[in-house]
Amino acid sequence: MTEISRELLLHVANLARLELRDAELVRLQSQLNDILGAVSKVSELDLTDVPATSHPLDLVNVWDEDQPRACLSVEDALANAPERDGDYFKVPPGGSS
Amino acid sequence: MIDTLRLTAEAASRLLDAKEVSSDELFAAYLAAIGERDAELHCYLHVCDDSPGDGIPIALKDVIGTKGIPTTAGSRILEGYVPVYDSTVAKRCKERGLRFLGKTNTDEFAMGSSTENSAYGPTHNPWDPARVPGGSGGGSAAAVSAGLAPWALGSDTGGSIKQPSALCGNVGLRPTYGTVSRYGIVAFASSLDQVGPVARTVRDCAFLYSVIAGRDHCDTTTVDVPEVVLPVGERLEGVRVGVPRELNEHEAIEPGVRDAVLRAIELCRQLGAEVGECSLPRSVDYGLPCYYLIAPAEASSNLARYDGVRFGYRTPHAQDRLDMYKRTRDEGFGDEPKRRILIGTYALSAGYYDAYYGQAQKVRTVIAREHADAFERFDVLVTPTSPTVAFELGGRTADPLAMYASDLLTIPSCMAGLPGLNIPCGLSDGLPVGLQLIGPQLAENLLFRVGHALEQAIGFDTVPERLR
Repeated sequence: MTEISRELLLHVANLARLELRDAELVRLQSQLNDILGAVSKVSELDLTDVPATSHPLDLVNVWDEDQPRACLSVEDALANAPERDGDYFKVPPGGSS
Repeated sequence: MIDTLRLTAEAASRLLDAKEVSSDELFAAYLAAIGERDAELHCYLHVCDDSPGDGIPIALKDVIGTKGIPTTAGSRILEGYVPVYDSTVAKRCKERGLRFLGKTNTDEFAMGSSTENSAYGPTHNPWDPARVPGGSGGGSAAAVSAGLAPWALGSDTGGSIKQPSALCGNVGLRPTYGTVSRYGIVAFASSLDQVGPVARTVRDCAFLYSVIAGRDHCDTTTVDVPEVVLPVGERLEGVRVGVPRELNEHEAIEPGVRDAVLRAIELCRQLGAEVGECSLPRSVDYGLPCYYLIAPAEASSNLARYDGVRFGYRTPHAQDRLDMYKRTRDEGFGDEPKRRILIGTYALSAGYYDAYYGQAQKVRTVIAREHADAFERFDVLVTPTSPTVAFELGGRTADPLAMYASDLLTIPSCMAGLPGLNIPCGLSDGLPVGLQLIGPQLAENLLFRVGHALEQAIGFDTVPERLR
Protein backbone atom coordinates (compact mmCIF):
# COMPACT_ATOMS: atom_id res chain seq x y z
CA MET A 1 0.00 0.00 0.00
CA THR A 2 1.23 3.46 -0.89
CA GLU A 3 1.55 5.92 1.95
CA ILE A 4 0.29 9.40 1.08
CA SER A 5 3.25 11.67 1.76
CA ARG A 6 2.96 15.41 2.15
CA GLU A 7 4.33 15.82 -1.40
CA LEU A 8 1.84 13.33 -2.87
CA LEU A 9 -1.02 15.02 -1.00
CA LEU A 10 -0.01 18.41 -2.42
CA HIS A 11 0.17 16.88 -5.90
CA VAL A 12 -3.30 15.31 -5.60
CA ALA A 13 -4.69 18.53 -4.12
CA ASN A 14 -3.37 20.43 -7.12
CA LEU A 15 -5.01 17.92 -9.49
CA ALA A 16 -8.27 18.46 -7.58
CA ARG A 17 -7.80 22.26 -7.62
CA LEU A 18 -7.81 22.49 -3.84
CA GLU A 19 -5.59 24.98 -2.04
CA LEU A 20 -4.88 23.39 1.33
CA ARG A 21 -3.67 25.44 4.27
CA ASP A 22 -0.86 24.08 6.44
CA ALA A 23 -3.12 23.29 9.39
CA GLU A 24 -5.41 21.29 7.10
CA LEU A 25 -2.54 19.43 5.47
CA VAL A 26 -1.38 17.76 8.65
CA ARG A 27 -4.87 16.69 9.70
CA LEU A 28 -5.91 15.50 6.23
CA GLN A 29 -2.71 13.58 5.61
CA SER A 30 -3.21 11.46 8.69
CA GLN A 31 -6.96 10.94 8.06
CA LEU A 32 -6.43 10.08 4.39
CA ASN A 33 -3.82 7.48 5.27
CA ASP A 34 -6.24 5.88 7.75
CA ILE A 35 -8.99 5.83 5.11
CA LEU A 36 -6.67 4.51 2.42
CA GLY A 37 -5.50 1.77 4.76
CA ALA A 38 -9.11 0.69 5.33
CA VAL A 39 -10.26 0.80 1.71
CA SER A 40 -7.15 -1.04 0.48
CA LYS A 41 -8.87 -4.15 1.81
CA VAL A 42 -10.39 -4.54 -1.67
CA SER A 43 -6.96 -5.64 -2.94
CA GLU A 44 -7.12 -8.82 -0.78
CA LEU A 45 -9.48 -10.45 -3.27
CA ASP A 46 -8.22 -12.12 -6.43
CA LEU A 47 -10.73 -10.89 -9.00
CA THR A 48 -8.74 -11.41 -12.18
CA ASP A 49 -11.63 -12.96 -14.10
CA VAL A 50 -14.43 -10.86 -12.61
CA PRO A 51 -15.86 -8.14 -14.87
CA ALA A 52 -16.20 -4.61 -13.49
CA THR A 53 -19.60 -3.12 -12.66
CA SER A 54 -19.78 0.56 -13.53
CA HIS A 55 -23.54 0.80 -13.29
CA PRO A 56 -26.05 -1.39 -11.44
CA LEU A 57 -28.54 -1.79 -14.30
CA ASP A 58 -28.16 -3.43 -17.69
CA LEU A 59 -27.22 -0.48 -19.84
CA VAL A 60 -29.08 0.22 -23.03
CA ASN A 61 -28.64 3.29 -25.11
CA VAL A 62 -31.49 5.78 -24.92
CA TRP A 63 -32.41 7.55 -28.10
CA ASP A 64 -34.34 10.78 -28.24
CA GLU A 65 -35.72 12.71 -31.18
CA ASP A 66 -33.29 15.41 -32.28
CA GLN A 67 -35.71 18.27 -31.84
CA PRO A 68 -35.20 21.67 -30.27
CA ARG A 69 -36.79 22.17 -26.86
CA ALA A 70 -37.12 25.22 -24.67
CA CYS A 71 -33.88 25.94 -22.81
CA LEU A 72 -32.63 28.45 -20.26
CA SER A 73 -32.63 32.10 -21.29
CA VAL A 74 -29.32 33.97 -21.13
CA GLU A 75 -30.59 35.87 -18.11
CA ASP A 76 -31.50 32.64 -16.28
CA ALA A 77 -28.17 31.03 -17.18
CA LEU A 78 -26.32 34.03 -15.75
CA ALA A 79 -28.64 34.55 -12.78
CA ASN A 80 -26.27 32.85 -10.31
CA ALA A 81 -23.01 34.11 -11.80
CA PRO A 82 -20.59 35.43 -9.16
CA GLU A 83 -19.53 38.04 -11.71
CA ARG A 84 -20.71 38.81 -15.23
CA ASP A 85 -19.81 41.07 -18.08
CA GLY A 86 -22.80 41.55 -20.38
CA ASP A 87 -23.78 38.09 -21.59
CA TYR A 88 -20.55 36.48 -20.35
CA PHE A 89 -19.33 34.92 -17.12
CA LYS A 90 -16.42 37.01 -15.92
CA VAL A 91 -13.34 35.41 -14.35
CA PRO A 92 -9.93 36.75 -13.29
CA PRO A 93 -7.08 36.43 -15.80
CA GLY A 94 -5.28 33.06 -16.02
CA GLY A 95 -2.54 31.47 -13.97
CA SER A 96 -0.51 28.32 -14.40
CA SER A 97 -0.17 25.09 -12.45
CA MET B 1 -56.96 21.34 15.70
CA ILE B 2 -54.54 19.51 13.38
CA ASP B 3 -52.13 17.23 15.27
CA THR B 4 -49.13 17.31 12.93
CA LEU B 5 -47.32 14.70 15.04
CA ARG B 6 -49.91 12.06 14.23
CA LEU B 7 -51.53 13.11 10.97
CA THR B 8 -50.51 10.84 8.10
CA ALA B 9 -50.52 12.13 4.52
CA GLU B 10 -53.26 9.61 3.78
CA ALA B 11 -55.44 10.97 6.58
CA ALA B 12 -54.65 14.54 5.53
CA SER B 13 -55.76 13.67 2.01
CA ARG B 14 -59.09 12.33 3.34
CA LEU B 15 -59.63 15.53 5.36
CA LEU B 16 -58.95 17.59 2.23
CA ASP B 17 -61.32 15.50 0.09
CA ALA B 18 -64.08 15.81 2.71
CA LYS B 19 -63.39 19.57 2.91
CA GLU B 20 -62.94 19.25 6.67
CA VAL B 21 -59.72 21.12 6.37
CA SER B 22 -58.27 23.36 3.64
CA SER B 23 -54.86 23.05 2.06
CA ASP B 24 -53.99 26.48 3.49
CA GLU B 25 -54.95 25.35 7.01
CA LEU B 26 -52.79 22.26 6.65
CA PHE B 27 -49.83 24.29 5.43
CA ALA B 28 -50.29 26.79 8.28
CA ALA B 29 -50.43 23.98 10.85
CA TYR B 30 -47.03 22.64 9.74
CA LEU B 31 -45.53 26.13 9.62
CA ALA B 32 -46.75 26.62 13.20
CA ALA B 33 -45.16 23.32 14.25
CA ILE B 34 -41.91 24.37 12.57
CA GLY B 35 -42.08 27.69 14.40
CA GLU B 36 -42.59 25.85 17.67
CA ARG B 37 -40.00 23.06 17.42
CA ASP B 38 -37.45 23.74 14.70
CA ALA B 39 -35.35 26.19 16.71
CA GLU B 40 -34.39 23.20 18.87
CA LEU B 41 -34.15 20.54 16.14
CA HIS B 42 -32.86 22.50 13.11
CA CYS B 43 -34.46 20.25 10.52
CA TYR B 44 -34.86 23.04 7.97
CA LEU B 45 -32.26 25.14 6.18
CA HIS B 46 -34.98 27.16 4.47
CA VAL B 47 -38.67 27.48 5.30
CA CYS B 48 -41.13 28.65 2.62
CA ASP B 49 -43.65 31.23 3.85
CA ASP B 50 -46.03 30.06 1.19
CA SER B 51 -46.06 27.60 -1.68
CA PRO B 52 -48.54 27.15 -4.53
CA GLY B 53 -50.79 24.09 -4.72
CA ASP B 54 -54.03 22.72 -3.32
CA GLY B 55 -52.68 19.56 -1.70
CA ILE B 56 -50.60 18.26 1.17
CA PRO B 57 -47.36 19.89 2.36
CA ILE B 58 -44.01 18.19 1.83
CA ALA B 59 -40.39 18.85 2.83
CA LEU B 60 -37.49 18.35 0.42
CA LYS B 61 -33.90 17.53 1.25
CA ASP B 62 -31.71 20.44 0.25
CA VAL B 63 -29.94 18.52 -2.51
CA ILE B 64 -33.17 18.65 -4.54
CA GLY B 65 -33.21 21.57 -6.94
CA THR B 66 -36.22 23.85 -6.54
CA LYS B 67 -36.83 26.78 -8.87
CA GLY B 68 -36.75 30.07 -6.99
CA ILE B 69 -36.02 28.38 -3.63
CA PRO B 70 -32.43 28.31 -2.30
CA THR B 71 -30.69 24.95 -2.68
CA THR B 72 -27.41 24.62 -0.79
CA ALA B 73 -26.73 20.87 -0.39
CA GLY B 74 -25.61 21.85 3.12
CA SER B 75 -22.51 23.53 1.67
CA ARG B 76 -21.07 27.04 1.90
CA ILE B 77 -20.04 26.70 -1.72
CA LEU B 78 -23.73 26.83 -2.71
CA GLU B 79 -24.75 29.52 -0.22
CA GLY B 80 -27.16 31.88 -1.94
CA TYR B 81 -27.61 29.59 -4.96
CA VAL B 82 -31.19 29.78 -6.26
CA PRO B 83 -31.97 27.25 -9.02
CA VAL B 84 -33.55 28.62 -12.19
CA TYR B 85 -35.30 25.31 -12.95
CA ASP B 86 -37.07 22.56 -11.01
CA SER B 87 -35.70 19.06 -10.59
CA THR B 88 -38.00 16.44 -12.11
CA VAL B 89 -39.04 15.18 -8.66
CA ALA B 90 -39.92 18.72 -7.52
CA LYS B 91 -41.91 19.21 -10.72
CA ARG B 92 -43.78 15.94 -10.19
CA CYS B 93 -44.62 16.91 -6.61
CA LYS B 94 -45.96 20.27 -7.81
CA GLU B 95 -48.06 18.58 -10.51
CA ARG B 96 -49.80 16.63 -7.73
CA GLY B 97 -50.49 19.80 -5.76
CA LEU B 98 -47.88 19.08 -3.07
CA ARG B 99 -46.72 22.28 -1.38
CA PHE B 100 -43.11 22.83 -0.33
CA LEU B 101 -42.67 23.58 3.37
CA GLY B 102 -38.97 24.07 2.87
CA LYS B 103 -35.58 22.51 2.37
CA THR B 104 -34.19 20.12 4.95
CA ASN B 105 -30.74 19.87 6.43
CA THR B 106 -28.17 17.43 5.08
CA ASP B 107 -24.54 16.56 5.50
CA GLU B 108 -22.60 18.65 3.01
CA PHE B 109 -23.23 17.18 -0.48
CA ALA B 110 -25.00 14.28 1.29
CA MET B 111 -21.62 13.07 2.56
CA GLY B 112 -22.07 11.80 6.07
CA SER B 113 -24.09 9.66 8.45
CA SER B 114 -25.12 12.17 11.13
CA THR B 115 -25.99 15.52 9.42
CA GLU B 116 -23.11 16.99 11.47
CA ASN B 117 -21.19 17.70 8.25
CA SER B 118 -23.74 20.37 7.29
CA ALA B 119 -22.02 23.74 6.94
CA TYR B 120 -25.09 25.23 8.62
CA GLY B 121 -24.96 23.22 11.85
CA PRO B 122 -26.36 19.81 12.81
CA THR B 123 -29.94 18.59 13.07
CA HIS B 124 -30.99 17.09 16.41
CA ASN B 125 -32.84 13.81 16.87
CA PRO B 126 -36.46 14.42 17.97
CA TRP B 127 -36.26 11.40 20.33
CA ASP B 128 -33.26 12.91 22.14
CA PRO B 129 -31.86 16.23 20.97
CA ALA B 130 -28.42 15.34 22.37
CA ARG B 131 -28.22 12.68 19.67
CA VAL B 132 -27.85 12.74 15.89
CA PRO B 133 -30.76 12.06 13.53
CA GLY B 134 -28.52 10.04 11.23
CA GLY B 135 -27.48 11.22 7.82
CA SER B 136 -27.09 12.44 5.37
CA GLY B 137 -30.84 13.08 5.23
CA GLY B 138 -31.21 13.79 8.95
CA GLY B 139 -33.27 16.92 8.30
CA SER B 140 -35.99 15.10 6.33
CA ALA B 141 -36.16 12.16 8.74
CA ALA B 142 -36.23 14.35 11.87
CA ALA B 143 -38.83 16.68 10.33
CA VAL B 144 -41.20 13.78 9.66
CA SER B 145 -40.76 12.29 13.15
CA ALA B 146 -41.18 15.67 14.85
CA GLY B 147 -44.39 16.49 12.97
CA LEU B 148 -42.71 19.28 10.99
CA ALA B 149 -43.77 17.64 7.71
CA PRO B 150 -46.19 14.79 6.96
CA TRP B 151 -43.66 13.32 4.57
CA ALA B 152 -40.47 14.30 2.81
CA LEU B 153 -38.04 13.44 0.05
CA GLY B 154 -34.48 12.39 0.73
CA SER B 155 -31.61 11.06 -1.34
CA ASP B 156 -29.60 7.93 -0.72
CA THR B 157 -26.13 7.04 -1.96
CA GLY B 158 -24.99 4.55 0.69
CA GLY B 159 -27.78 4.78 3.28
CA SER B 160 -28.78 8.45 3.51
CA ILE B 161 -32.53 7.73 3.49
CA LYS B 162 -32.63 4.37 5.28
CA GLN B 163 -30.22 5.09 8.14
CA PRO B 164 -31.78 8.43 9.26
CA SER B 165 -35.22 6.83 9.05
CA ALA B 166 -33.94 4.07 11.32
CA LEU B 167 -32.46 6.51 13.83
CA CYS B 168 -35.59 8.72 13.83
CA GLY B 169 -38.13 5.87 13.85
CA ASN B 170 -39.98 6.29 10.57
CA VAL B 171 -40.32 4.71 7.14
CA GLY B 172 -37.80 5.42 4.38
CA LEU B 173 -37.37 3.89 0.95
CA ARG B 174 -34.22 3.83 -1.11
CA PRO B 175 -35.75 2.85 -4.46
CA THR B 176 -34.16 0.63 -7.10
CA TYR B 177 -31.41 2.46 -8.96
CA GLY B 178 -32.95 4.05 -12.05
CA THR B 179 -36.54 4.30 -10.88
CA VAL B 180 -36.46 7.98 -9.84
CA SER B 181 -35.05 10.79 -11.96
CA ARG B 182 -31.94 12.62 -10.74
CA TYR B 183 -32.47 15.54 -13.11
CA GLY B 184 -31.94 18.69 -11.04
CA ILE B 185 -30.49 16.83 -8.03
CA VAL B 186 -27.10 17.91 -6.68
CA ALA B 187 -24.92 14.97 -7.78
CA PHE B 188 -22.71 13.08 -5.34
CA ALA B 189 -21.91 9.60 -6.74
CA SER B 190 -23.87 9.06 -9.92
CA SER B 191 -23.77 5.26 -10.11
CA LEU B 192 -25.36 5.15 -6.64
CA ASP B 193 -27.48 8.29 -6.01
CA GLN B 194 -31.24 7.74 -5.73
CA VAL B 195 -34.05 10.01 -4.54
CA GLY B 196 -36.71 8.45 -2.32
CA PRO B 197 -39.54 9.06 0.14
CA VAL B 198 -39.58 9.37 3.93
CA ALA B 199 -42.95 9.00 5.68
CA ARG B 200 -44.65 7.88 8.86
CA THR B 201 -46.38 4.84 7.33
CA VAL B 202 -45.49 2.35 4.63
CA ARG B 203 -48.63 3.31 2.69
CA ASP B 204 -47.65 7.00 2.67
CA CYS B 205 -44.14 6.00 1.62
CA ALA B 206 -45.52 3.87 -1.23
CA PHE B 207 -47.83 6.64 -2.39
CA LEU B 208 -45.07 9.25 -2.43
CA TYR B 209 -42.87 6.81 -4.35
CA SER B 210 -45.62 6.51 -6.97
CA VAL B 211 -45.60 10.32 -7.34
CA ILE B 212 -41.87 10.59 -8.10
CA ALA B 213 -40.98 7.29 -9.83
CA GLY B 214 -40.89 6.63 -13.56
CA ARG B 215 -38.94 7.23 -16.72
CA ASP B 216 -37.77 10.78 -17.39
CA HIS B 217 -36.29 11.87 -20.71
CA CYS B 218 -34.06 14.32 -18.80
CA ASP B 219 -32.33 11.41 -17.01
CA THR B 220 -31.35 8.62 -19.38
CA THR B 221 -30.56 6.24 -16.50
CA THR B 222 -34.26 6.03 -15.62
CA VAL B 223 -36.28 2.90 -16.39
CA ASP B 224 -39.96 1.96 -16.69
CA VAL B 225 -41.42 1.27 -13.26
CA PRO B 226 -44.14 -1.28 -12.41
CA GLU B 227 -47.39 0.30 -11.23
CA VAL B 228 -47.21 0.96 -7.49
CA VAL B 229 -49.65 -1.07 -5.39
CA LEU B 230 -50.59 0.43 -2.01
CA PRO B 231 -50.29 -2.42 0.50
CA VAL B 232 -53.37 -3.64 2.40
CA GLY B 233 -52.71 -7.23 3.55
CA GLU B 234 -51.67 -8.19 7.06
CA ARG B 235 -50.37 -11.71 6.37
CA LEU B 236 -47.16 -12.93 4.79
CA GLU B 237 -48.06 -16.40 3.51
CA GLY B 238 -46.00 -17.33 0.48
CA VAL B 239 -43.23 -14.84 1.21
CA ARG B 240 -39.75 -16.31 1.62
CA VAL B 241 -37.73 -14.17 4.04
CA GLY B 242 -33.94 -14.57 4.02
CA VAL B 243 -31.80 -13.64 7.01
CA PRO B 244 -28.24 -12.94 5.80
CA ARG B 245 -25.94 -14.15 8.55
CA GLU B 246 -23.16 -11.59 8.01
CA LEU B 247 -25.56 -8.63 8.18
CA ASN B 248 -27.36 -9.93 11.26
CA GLU B 249 -24.49 -11.27 13.34
CA HIS B 250 -21.86 -8.57 12.74
CA GLU B 251 -19.96 -7.67 15.91
CA ALA B 252 -20.79 -3.97 15.45
CA ILE B 253 -24.51 -4.63 16.01
CA GLU B 254 -25.65 -3.53 19.48
CA PRO B 255 -27.53 -6.14 21.57
CA GLY B 256 -30.65 -3.95 21.77
CA VAL B 257 -30.74 -3.60 18.00
CA ARG B 258 -30.21 -7.30 17.52
CA ASP B 259 -33.03 -8.20 19.92
CA ALA B 260 -35.57 -5.90 18.22
CA VAL B 261 -34.64 -7.28 14.80
CA LEU B 262 -34.89 -10.89 16.03
CA ARG B 263 -38.40 -10.14 17.34
CA ALA B 264 -39.36 -8.74 13.92
CA ILE B 265 -37.99 -11.86 12.21
CA GLU B 266 -40.05 -14.02 14.58
CA LEU B 267 -43.10 -11.91 13.67
CA CYS B 268 -42.48 -12.68 9.98
CA ARG B 269 -42.83 -16.36 10.88
CA GLN B 270 -45.99 -15.77 12.89
CA LEU B 271 -47.50 -13.85 9.98
CA GLY B 272 -47.01 -16.88 7.76
CA ALA B 273 -43.73 -16.16 6.01
CA GLU B 274 -41.16 -18.85 5.40
CA VAL B 275 -37.95 -17.73 7.12
CA GLY B 276 -34.49 -19.11 6.40
CA GLU B 277 -30.85 -18.22 6.83
CA CYS B 278 -28.58 -17.21 3.99
CA SER B 279 -25.10 -15.86 3.47
CA LEU B 280 -23.56 -12.86 1.69
CA PRO B 281 -19.99 -13.83 2.56
CA ARG B 282 -18.07 -10.91 1.06
CA SER B 283 -20.73 -8.18 0.80
CA VAL B 284 -20.27 -6.81 4.31
CA ASP B 285 -16.51 -7.01 4.80
CA TYR B 286 -15.76 -5.69 1.33
CA GLY B 287 -18.86 -3.53 0.83
CA LEU B 288 -17.68 -0.64 2.97
CA PRO B 289 -14.19 -0.37 1.41
CA CYS B 290 -15.71 -0.78 -2.06
CA TYR B 291 -18.19 2.04 -1.39
CA TYR B 292 -15.56 4.36 0.08
CA LEU B 293 -13.54 4.07 -3.14
CA ILE B 294 -16.34 4.27 -5.71
CA ALA B 295 -18.37 7.04 -4.07
CA PRO B 296 -15.38 9.40 -3.51
CA ALA B 297 -14.07 8.69 -7.02
CA GLU B 298 -17.38 9.70 -8.56
CA ALA B 299 -17.72 12.62 -6.14
CA SER B 300 -14.31 13.98 -7.10
CA SER B 301 -15.56 14.14 -10.67
CA ASN B 302 -19.04 15.51 -9.87
CA LEU B 303 -17.70 18.19 -7.53
CA ALA B 304 -15.30 19.51 -10.17
CA ARG B 305 -18.13 21.81 -11.30
CA TYR B 306 -17.83 23.97 -8.16
CA ASP B 307 -15.20 26.31 -9.49
CA GLY B 308 -16.56 29.76 -8.69
CA VAL B 309 -17.28 30.55 -12.34
CA ARG B 310 -20.96 30.03 -13.10
CA PHE B 311 -22.76 29.78 -9.78
CA GLY B 312 -22.16 29.46 -6.08
CA TYR B 313 -19.41 30.89 -3.92
CA ARG B 314 -16.33 32.64 -5.33
CA THR B 315 -13.39 33.65 -3.16
CA PRO B 316 -12.83 37.40 -2.94
CA HIS B 317 -9.07 36.82 -2.54
CA ALA B 318 -8.01 35.50 -5.95
CA GLN B 319 -4.72 36.57 -7.59
CA ASP B 320 -5.52 34.88 -10.89
CA ARG B 321 -7.92 32.29 -12.30
CA LEU B 322 -6.14 29.15 -11.10
CA ASP B 323 -5.79 30.71 -7.66
CA MET B 324 -9.51 31.55 -7.81
CA TYR B 325 -10.45 27.89 -8.42
CA LYS B 326 -8.26 26.60 -5.61
CA ARG B 327 -9.17 29.16 -2.98
CA THR B 328 -12.87 29.04 -3.87
CA ARG B 329 -12.85 25.28 -3.32
CA ASP B 330 -10.75 25.46 -0.16
CA GLU B 331 -12.98 28.12 1.40
CA GLY B 332 -16.27 26.71 0.05
CA PHE B 333 -15.92 22.99 0.87
CA GLY B 334 -15.87 21.56 4.38
CA ASP B 335 -13.61 18.75 5.59
CA GLU B 336 -15.67 15.77 4.43
CA PRO B 337 -16.03 16.80 0.76
CA LYS B 338 -12.31 17.64 0.76
CA ARG B 339 -11.42 14.20 2.13
CA ARG B 340 -13.58 12.51 -0.49
CA ILE B 341 -12.36 14.67 -3.36
CA LEU B 342 -8.77 13.90 -2.40
CA ILE B 343 -9.30 10.15 -1.93
CA GLY B 344 -11.31 10.03 -5.15
CA THR B 345 -8.76 12.00 -7.16
CA TYR B 346 -6.02 9.74 -5.83
CA ALA B 347 -7.98 6.54 -6.59
CA LEU B 348 -8.60 7.70 -10.16
CA SER B 349 -5.09 9.00 -10.86
CA ALA B 350 -2.68 7.36 -13.29
CA GLY B 351 -0.89 4.40 -11.73
CA TYR B 352 -3.48 3.84 -9.00
CA TYR B 353 -6.67 3.46 -11.03
CA ASP B 354 -6.56 -0.33 -11.48
CA ALA B 355 -5.59 -1.05 -7.88
CA TYR B 356 -8.37 1.09 -6.38
CA TYR B 357 -11.27 2.18 -8.58
CA GLY B 358 -10.95 -0.70 -11.04
CA GLN B 359 -10.67 -3.28 -8.26
CA ALA B 360 -13.61 -1.71 -6.37
CA GLN B 361 -15.78 -2.03 -9.49
CA LYS B 362 -14.98 -5.74 -9.58
CA VAL B 363 -15.86 -6.09 -5.90
CA ARG B 364 -19.15 -4.47 -6.83
CA THR B 365 -19.81 -7.31 -9.26
CA VAL B 366 -19.10 -9.82 -6.48
CA ILE B 367 -21.58 -8.07 -4.18
CA ALA B 368 -24.27 -7.95 -6.88
CA ARG B 369 -23.79 -11.68 -7.63
CA GLU B 370 -24.02 -12.65 -3.95
CA HIS B 371 -27.32 -10.80 -3.65
CA ALA B 372 -28.62 -12.35 -6.89
CA ASP B 373 -27.80 -15.80 -5.49
CA ALA B 374 -29.70 -15.05 -2.29
CA PHE B 375 -32.75 -13.96 -4.31
CA GLU B 376 -32.78 -17.37 -6.02
CA ARG B 377 -34.04 -18.75 -2.71
CA PHE B 378 -35.66 -15.75 -1.03
CA ASP B 379 -38.08 -12.95 -1.97
CA VAL B 380 -36.83 -10.45 0.57
CA LEU B 381 -33.86 -10.13 2.93
CA VAL B 382 -34.08 -8.68 6.45
CA THR B 383 -31.30 -7.08 8.49
CA PRO B 384 -30.87 -4.24 10.96
CA THR B 385 -30.67 -0.93 9.08
CA SER B 386 -28.10 0.61 11.43
CA PRO B 387 -25.84 -1.39 13.73
CA THR B 388 -26.61 1.09 16.53
CA VAL B 389 -29.37 3.39 17.68
CA ALA B 390 -28.87 7.15 17.38
CA PHE B 391 -25.46 8.14 18.76
CA GLU B 392 -24.51 11.30 20.61
CA LEU B 393 -23.68 14.48 18.72
CA GLY B 394 -19.91 14.71 18.35
CA GLY B 395 -19.47 11.00 19.14
CA ARG B 396 -17.94 10.08 15.78
CA THR B 397 -16.89 13.40 14.24
CA ALA B 398 -13.19 13.12 15.12
CA ASP B 399 -12.80 9.74 13.44
CA PRO B 400 -13.98 9.54 9.80
CA LEU B 401 -13.69 5.73 9.77
CA ALA B 402 -15.97 5.37 12.82
CA MET B 403 -18.52 7.56 11.04
CA TYR B 404 -18.21 5.54 7.81
CA ALA B 405 -19.00 2.34 9.74
CA SER B 406 -22.50 3.70 10.46
CA ASP B 407 -23.42 2.60 6.92
CA LEU B 408 -22.01 -0.93 7.24
CA LEU B 409 -25.38 -2.64 6.73
CA THR B 410 -27.01 -0.28 4.24
CA ILE B 411 -24.13 -0.09 1.76
CA PRO B 412 -24.02 -3.63 0.30
CA SER B 413 -27.49 -3.53 -1.27
CA CYS B 414 -26.87 0.03 -2.50
CA MET B 415 -23.81 -1.21 -4.38
CA ALA B 416 -26.03 -3.77 -6.12
CA GLY B 417 -28.64 -1.14 -7.06
CA LEU B 418 -31.29 -2.88 -4.95
CA PRO B 419 -34.28 -1.27 -3.23
CA GLY B 420 -34.30 -1.10 0.55
CA LEU B 421 -37.06 -0.11 2.95
CA ASN B 422 -36.54 0.89 6.57
CA ILE B 423 -39.39 0.40 9.02
CA PRO B 424 -39.20 0.99 12.77
CA CYS B 425 -39.29 -2.31 14.67
CA GLY B 426 -38.98 -1.32 18.32
CA LEU B 427 -37.00 0.64 20.86
CA SER B 428 -33.64 0.06 22.50
CA ASP B 429 -32.88 2.29 25.50
CA GLY B 430 -35.83 4.44 24.46
CA LEU B 431 -34.46 5.01 20.94
CA PRO B 432 -35.85 3.62 17.67
CA VAL B 433 -34.42 0.53 15.99
CA GLY B 434 -34.78 0.20 12.22
CA LEU B 435 -35.42 -2.98 10.24
CA GLN B 436 -34.05 -3.07 6.70
CA LEU B 437 -36.00 -4.99 4.05
CA ILE B 438 -34.05 -5.57 0.83
CA GLY B 439 -35.60 -6.84 -2.39
CA PRO B 440 -34.50 -7.63 -5.93
CA GLN B 441 -34.46 -4.78 -8.44
CA LEU B 442 -37.92 -3.26 -9.02
CA ALA B 443 -39.46 -5.25 -6.14
CA GLU B 444 -40.73 -2.13 -4.33
CA ASN B 445 -44.29 -3.47 -4.21
CA LEU B 446 -43.13 -6.56 -2.35
CA LEU B 447 -41.16 -4.42 0.13
CA PHE B 448 -44.30 -2.32 0.71
CA ARG B 449 -46.38 -5.46 1.26
CA VAL B 450 -43.96 -7.00 3.77
CA GLY B 451 -43.27 -3.64 5.41
CA HIS B 452 -46.97 -2.88 5.82
CA ALA B 453 -47.80 -6.29 7.31
CA LEU B 454 -44.93 -5.98 9.80
CA GLU B 455 -45.84 -2.38 10.59
CA GLN B 456 -49.39 -3.45 11.52
CA ALA B 457 -48.11 -6.35 13.64
CA ILE B 458 -45.42 -4.30 15.40
CA GLY B 459 -47.64 -1.30 16.14
CA PHE B 460 -44.68 1.06 16.64
CA ASP B 461 -45.66 4.56 17.81
CA THR B 462 -43.71 6.90 15.51
CA VAL B 463 -44.23 9.92 17.78
CA PRO B 464 -41.10 10.46 19.90
CA GLU B 465 -41.89 9.79 23.56
CA ARG B 466 -40.80 13.26 24.68
CA LEU B 467 -43.25 14.89 22.26
CA ARG B 468 -46.32 12.79 23.12
